[in-house]
Order: sequence, then structure tokens, then C-alpha cells
Amino acid sequence: MSNDLSPKERMAIERVHMPELPADERSKNFEEVNQGLTPEQAVAEAQRCLQCKSRNCVAGCPVGVSIPEFIDALASDDLPRAAQVLRGDNALPAVCGRVCPQETQCEALCVRGKKGDAVAIGYLERYVADWAMQHPEGLIAIEAPEPTGKSVAVVGCGPAGLTAAGELARQGHKVTIFEALHDTGGVLRYGIPEFRLPKEIIDREVAVLSRMGVTIECNVIIGKTLTIPQLRSEFDAVFIANGAGLPTMLNIMGENLKGVYAANEFLTRVNLMEAGRRADSSTPILQRDEVAVIGGGNTAMDCVRTARRLGAKRAMIVYRRSETEMPARVEEIKHAKEEGVEFIMLTAPIAIVPTEDGWVSALRCQKMELGPADDSGRRRPQAIEGSEFDLPAGIVINAVGTSANPLLTATAPDLTLNKWGNIVADEEGETSIPGVFAGGDIVRGGATVILAMGDGKRAAAAIDKYLKR
Amino acid sequence: MFEVVSNEILAENLHKMVLVAPRIARARKAGQFVMVRLAQGEERIPLTIGDADPEAGTITLFIQAIGASTRKIVDTPVGGSIRDVAGPLGKETHITNWGRVACVGGGVGTAVLFPLVKALAEAGNEITTIIGGRSSRYVILADELGALSKNLLITTEDGSLGSKGFVTGPLGEMIADPACAPKAVFAVGPVPMMKAVANMTREPGIETIVSLNPIMIDGTGMCGGCRVQVGSETKFACVDGPEFDAHLVDFDGLSDRLTSYRKEEAQRHAATDCKIAKEVAK
Ligand SMILES: Cc1cc2nc3c(=O)[nH]c(=O)nc-3n(C[C@H](O)[C@H](O)[C@H](O)COP(=O)(O)OP(=O)(O)OC[C@H]3O[C@@H](n4cnc5c(N)ncnc54)[C@H](O)[C@@H]3O)c2cc1C
Ligand SMILES: Cc1cc2nc3c(=O)[nH]c(=O)nc-3n(C[C@H](O)[C@H](O)[C@H](O)COP(=O)(O)OP(=O)(O)OC[C@H]3O[C@@H](n4cnc5c(N)ncnc54)[C@H](O)[C@@H]3O)c2cc1C
Ligand code: SF4
Ligand code: SF4
Ligand code: FES
Ligand SMILES: [Mg+2]
Repeated sequence: MSNDLSPKERMAIERVHMPELPADERSKNFEEVNQGLTPEQAVAEAQRCLQCKSRNCVAGCPVGVSIPEFIDALASDDLPRAAQVLRGDNALPAVCGRVCPQETQCEALCVRGKKGDAVAIGYLERYVADWAMQHPEGLIAIEAPEPTGKSVAVVGCGPAGLTAAGELARQGHKVTIFEALHDTGGVLRYGIPEFRLPKEIIDREVAVLSRMGVTIECNVIIGKTLTIPQLRSEFDAVFIANGAGLPTMLNIMGENLKGVYAANEFLTRVNLMEAGRRADSSTPILQRDEVAVIGGGNTAMDCVRTARRLGAKRAMIVYRRSETEMPARVEEIKHAKEEGVEFIMLTAPIAIVPTEDGWVSALRCQKMELGPADDSGRRRPQAIEGSEFDLPAGIVINAVGTSANPLLTATAPDLTLNKWGNIVADEEGETSIPGVFAGGDIVRGGATVILAMGDGKRAAAAIDKYLKR
Repeated sequence: MFEVVSNEILAENLHKMVLVAPRIARARKAGQFVMVRLAQGEERIPLTIGDADPEAGTITLFIQAIGASTRKIVDTPVGGSIRDVAGPLGKETHITNWGRVACVGGGVGTAVLFPLVKALAEAGNEITTIIGGRSSRYVILADELGALSKNLLITTEDGSLGSKGFVTGPLGEMIADPACAPKAVFAVGPVPMMKAVANMTREPGIETIVSLNPIMIDGTGMCGGCRVQVGSETKFACVDGPEFDAHLVDFDGLSDRLTSYRKEEAQRHAATDCKIAKEVAK
């Protein structure tokens, strides 16, 4: 296929539509909603790219993926080259292509978005990454590095830990990842549902690391099974990427009733433990007709769409601001709506109402209106007097957020923390303990996959420098 | 993989299992537990580390086979293995020398109590241990606890061993007698038992510690499922506990949350029963 198109011809191509499973079908199963582009769609979409000299899109990507280059290779149908460019910049492209909030990152700055639709960079990234996974023989081989004889411990097997481990292994260092849970992936496995990110993708990425000689030890909780001082003495450097897994409680009446879940519990049961996904699953999960999910982020969307798939007739999002302030990816909001999720906006929970025998019977709410903007620039919601009402619900899920889990940091007193309990690290990820680096959500608070990966990459470079000193 | 090196039946449905887990054996302290998942696809459940041998690299679990997961775990033969064992989790017991202490255990709680009694004895406490069960068949670890305690008192509901009645009987007598009244009480067992003990020691102001058993999933403070109300605060038992000041615990709330999955558990229990019945028929 030729990539010799004039700008005018490129401008004439319309943005591709991602093939999706029909909403009524997919809202009953956990299959991936986005089916992926066909080869023709992918090449045509790649040809929409104007190959701008200004490279605006690259500035929008937290890890600076060489977007015009990989798209150019794809437009010329040179998938091995596209895959090589992508891999060089991004360790988990099949993940990022699926879960990055492209509309606020790379695609937000795409020149084509100024008048019309941005190039579908995320879809293209996913296409190339999926192709690469299916065609390992077609990939340009990476030479095995000389072993350096240095060893690095990585704490946590989420995107930050996985990325750092890959980068360090590529430098020839011996890497061991310690993971508290019994499986890999962090939030990618226990948080983000299969209908957005099939678990097979994580398995494949992990297999790549294993082939590179990275050791992964699950069931090791740093701070409990082993401590940071122990790791410091057994390894030449340490990278901490234990995430932000501590649910924020609502602190309202009725929060301990049966049928009230924190998002992490609900999602862990379904995603990590397969509750409700396998008929004979040994981990139970409650199923009710009416499920109210509190929050407006990706976690809330994942919970409400999961509840719908488990059979809820009314799956509801309850959010105290309006839809425009919702932090969730636009695609998730769109998909949720198509799947019949109800959006109850400008509504805040004030209590959970019990049945006589201690189950949830309703979520007591209050209507809100938007006042002046607050520090974050978003308009602050204010309660409307006398607007209380009860929303019938058998399950209430709290998806308002998470913060730093103190399990590890509590046993490493030399590690400097900020007032929210996040580890303080410099630009390169170095902490207050020499040789100990940190990145991802434990440093940033709940952020994004790509930011966590960017931290892993930068810290790996800094660790490499530190080890060669 | 964690190899099973021994698996003994101590009483009806109560197994003592020793596993190879060198890191956990080295790190564990009294009062801590592990999260156990038998195999791919199975549940994660919390079990107290009953004892540990750091030299041999082993830990001991006491498991009461009451439902589908515990039954499958105790069915693992010597030489077999358990896929996932993570820990030690939870806070260690605060141990000092109080002087006279009472340790009260009911049912499988007696097993959870064992490491506490051992640590309290090592710290030089004078221990009265009171353990109970429905009948003599359910009384466990009497010899082991007897060896660590100054007094060992046994109660059974049917009077088949020790005195007839509940563990709260002898405890009440101790508290009433100024010459025997304990300075601290440790109670582990069914929620109603712990609640009854807390109510007995509240008035005389005796420090009382209970080990709580809410439903846990990750055991690392990540999911919030194990939350219990302690005084005015919501605590996560897996990281803030499992031991708490008995006088502040909302036992009714705990006991209610424990019934969240009764229906689902009964179905699974019945399903494993059917499977066992079918295998026997074959
Ligand atoms: C439901 C949900 C949906 C999301 N959706 C999106 C999305 O669509 N797009 C996006 O960009 N971002 C999304 N995010 C945010 C994103 O997933 C996180 O920012 C990212 O996973 C952070 O990566 P991390 O490597 O820092 O930590 P994590 O992914 O949290 O991984 C940390 C790992 O460390 C382990 N660990 C914790 N403590 C210890 C310890 N003491 N010892 C050993 N191991 C330990 C944990 O078990 C975990 O496996 C979502 C988050 C959630 C919860
Ligand atoms: C910190 C802690 C330490 C424990 N130590 C021991 C021990 O040393 N020995 C022992 O035999 N038992 C112990 N338990 C209890 C044990 O975890 C449960 O009996 C077990 O999970 C029941 O699983 P099941 O599938 O066999 O039974 P099910 O039929 O599924 O459940 C029976 C009952 O056990 C409780 N339960 C169910 N799932 C869980 C779960 N995930 N976590 C906690 N409780 C649950 C509920 O009350 C339920 O009604 C401990 C519990 C906790 C929280
Ligand atoms: S990694 Fe994310 S932000 Fe960067 S180019 Fe890919 S999809 Fe866009
Ligand atoms: S800004 Fe858009 S059109 Fe320009 S190079 Fe980047 S992706 Fe292509
Ligand atoms: S078991 Fe998940 S927070 Fe305690
Ligand atoms: Mg069970």
C-alpha cells in the first residue's frame, strides 16, 4: 500500500469508528467491548496523520511516544518497523492503547483535532501492539545484553514495576519483582475489568519479562514478609512501585451495612478472584437488581459496568458534579450509557439506609448545584436545601478514590513521606534512602497507567546510572 | 508452592497442618496470620499462624474445616502443596508482663489463642487458660495449652469434659475473686463468646483483647472488606488488627457482616458435599 498521499487527500479521510460488540450483547458478558481495527481501517486511519513537523501529539504523551514515526510506518504497512518504534518508547503499548485517556493526552494536542477529529492514536497504538503480540516472528530481534552482575529488587508488579523491570533487564541487570498478591499486573489485573483490558494481554507482557530473565515472586509483601532494609542489603538497588491501594471511606451512616462495597473489593472479587465470571467461582459476590455506584472516575465506570454484567437491572452512577467534570475516559462514559447505565448527576450521598436485617435498602442522596470554581478549577458542588431523596439500591459501591497504603512505608522509617503518605521522590525517582527509588501511584497518588510507566522508565534509567557509578 | 509436611486430625474437622514457608517462619510474630489460596481459581482465606519454626522454615496452621475452602485445604495430603500463602499479615500481639492474665478460647479460636498463650508465657505471665467446646470431641490443644499455663480450665456444653457450661462461667468466678482476678484477658472464639467476655470485663475495667475474624480478601488493607467499627473509628482488621480493645468493638456489626455470603456459602458447601458423596459412591 502506498503512503504517498497529499495533505488534502489525508484531510479527506474520516476518523475511523472502532468496531464494538453490540451493547445489549456485551452488557451480559465480560468480552472485550472494542474489537480492534481491521488492517484496512488501521492503515487508512494512519494515513490521516499529517506527519507534522511540530509533533504536537508527542508533547501530549507523558512518555513521549514517537507518534508520527510509528504511524508513518503503519501507513506504509510496515508493521515490524511500527512495532519497533513503539516498543522503543513504551513497554506496554497494548495496555496504553486501550486505557490511556487519549482525549486529554496525545489526541488532545493532535493538529487534526483543531478542526474535526484527532487522529485515533490510541486505536493505532493498540493495533500495532496487538499485531506484534500475534507476530513475534516478524519482530526485529533485540540483542541480549551483557550481564552487569548487579541486582535490583522491584516492589509491586503493576505498570510502574513492570516497566522498570523491563528497562533494567534490558540494561543487563538481574531483576526480581516482589508482588504482594498471588498474581501479576497490579490494578491492570485486579482493578480494570476484562471487557476493557483482557487479562491475556498482561500474561503476555509478563511472559516477555520472564523470557528476559526477570524473576517474579508473588505472595511476598514488602513490609511484612521482607522489609525495605532487608532488600537494601540483599540487592544493589530497590524500586518501590506498590501503588495507591487504600480505599477512601465515605464516612456516612450505614457504610458497614451488608451490600456496601469499596470499589477495590468489588473489582478484586470479580477481576482477580473471578467471582460472578465463572459459574462455579469459589469467591462469592452479591448480585442485586439495583446497584448505586458513587463516583465519576474510571473506577466508578468499571464498577457500574461490571454490576450491569452481573445482572443489575438498574446500574446507576451517582456523582456530585455534572457530566462535564467527570474524570473518567470519554469512551467509558459513552460505553456505559450504551449499556444502559443511568447517570444521576449533581447528586451526593448522605447516608445508606438499612433494611430491618442489616442489608442496604437505599442510598439517601441530596441534590447539588455548581457554585464557583475551587482550587482545582472545577466548579464546586453545593447542596440544595431540602432536596434529600432515597434512591432504592441493594448494593452501594464506593468509588470515590484511593490513597497511599501504609503497609510498606510503616516499616521503612527512613523513607520520607508527604502529608498524604506518598513517598517523596525527586525527578528521577530517588527517595530519601540512597539506592532506593520509587514511582507510580505511591508517589503521585492515584494517577494513570502511562504516568506510572513513565516513572518506571525514568527510575530505571536513574538506577542504571546509580549502579554504574 | 508451599509444601505440606504434616497434616494431623486433632479433633472432628480440626486439622493441624505444617507447611514449608521459610520467609514467613522467620518474619512472623504472635497474633499474625497468612492469606491462603489452595489452587488457581480458589478463594483467598485468612488463617492464623499457630506456630512457626524459623530453623526448619515451617509454619503451623490449625484449620477448622467448616466450609468449601477450608475442607479442600485440609484434604491436601502430606507431600502435596498449597499454591499461595502470603504473610505474615496483621499487627503482632502487644505482649508485656501483666502478671496474671486469663486466656479464653472457644472452638477454633483455641488454636488462634495458642500462639498468644505461648508468647505470654515466654514474657513471664501467670496464665489461666479457659477453653471450651460443644462436647469433649471439640476441645483441642488441651495438653499443649496446659503445659504453658498455670491453670487450665475446660468447659463443655454437654458436660462431657471439664465443667458443664460456657467459658464465661470460670472467667466470671476468676473476676469475682480479688485473689484471682486477671490484669488482662485475651479472648478468641465465636463472636458471641467474645462479646460476652467483653461485657464481663468492662465494668471491672480489665484490659481485654479480642482477635477479630471478619471476611477478608487481600489481607493487605487494599479492599476495605474487613472493616469493623472500633469506638468511633472504622478499622481494617487485616492491617489495624486483627486484635482490638474488646470494650470498643461493635460485635453486633461484625457478626452481621459475617453473614453477608451465607446463601452463597451454603450453595458451595452443598456442591462440595455432592462431589464427595459421588466420589464415595464410585
Ligand atoms: C478500577 C481502576 C480503573 C482505572 N482505569 C484507568 C484507565 O483507564 N486508564 C489509566 O491510565 N489509569 C487507570 N487507572 C489508574 C491506574 O490503574 C494506576 O494509576 C496504575 O495502575 C498505577 O500503577 P502502579 O504501578 O503505580 O501501581 P499498581 O497498579 O497499583 O500496582 C502496585 C502493585 O504493587 C503491589 N503491592 C502493594 N503493596 C505491596 C507490598 N507491600 N509489597 C509487594 N507488593 C505490593 C500491589 O498488589 C500491586 O500489584 C485505574 C485505576 C483503577 C483502580
Ligand atoms: C484474621 C483471621 C484469622 C483466622 N484464623 C483461622 C484459623 O487459624 N483457623 C481457622 O480454621 N479459621 C480461621 N479463620 C476463619 C477462616 O478464615 C474461615 O473459617 C474460612 O474463611 C471459612 O472458609 P470456608 O470457605 O471453608 O467456609 P464458608 O462456608 O465459605 O464460610 C464459613 C464462615 O466463615 C467466614 N468466612 C467466609 N469467608 C471468609 C473469608 N474470606 N475471610 C474470613 N472469614 C470468612 C464467614 O463467617 C462464613 O459464614 C480466621 C479468620 C480471620 C479473619
Ligand atoms: S502512551 Fe498513551 S498518551 Fe502516549 S501515545 Fe500512547 S495512547 Fe497516547
Ligand atoms: S499532531 Fe496529529 S496529525 Fe500531527 S503528527 Fe501528531 S498525530 Fe499526526
Ligand atoms: S482484607 Fe482487604 S482491606 Fe482487609
Ligand atoms: Mg468460603
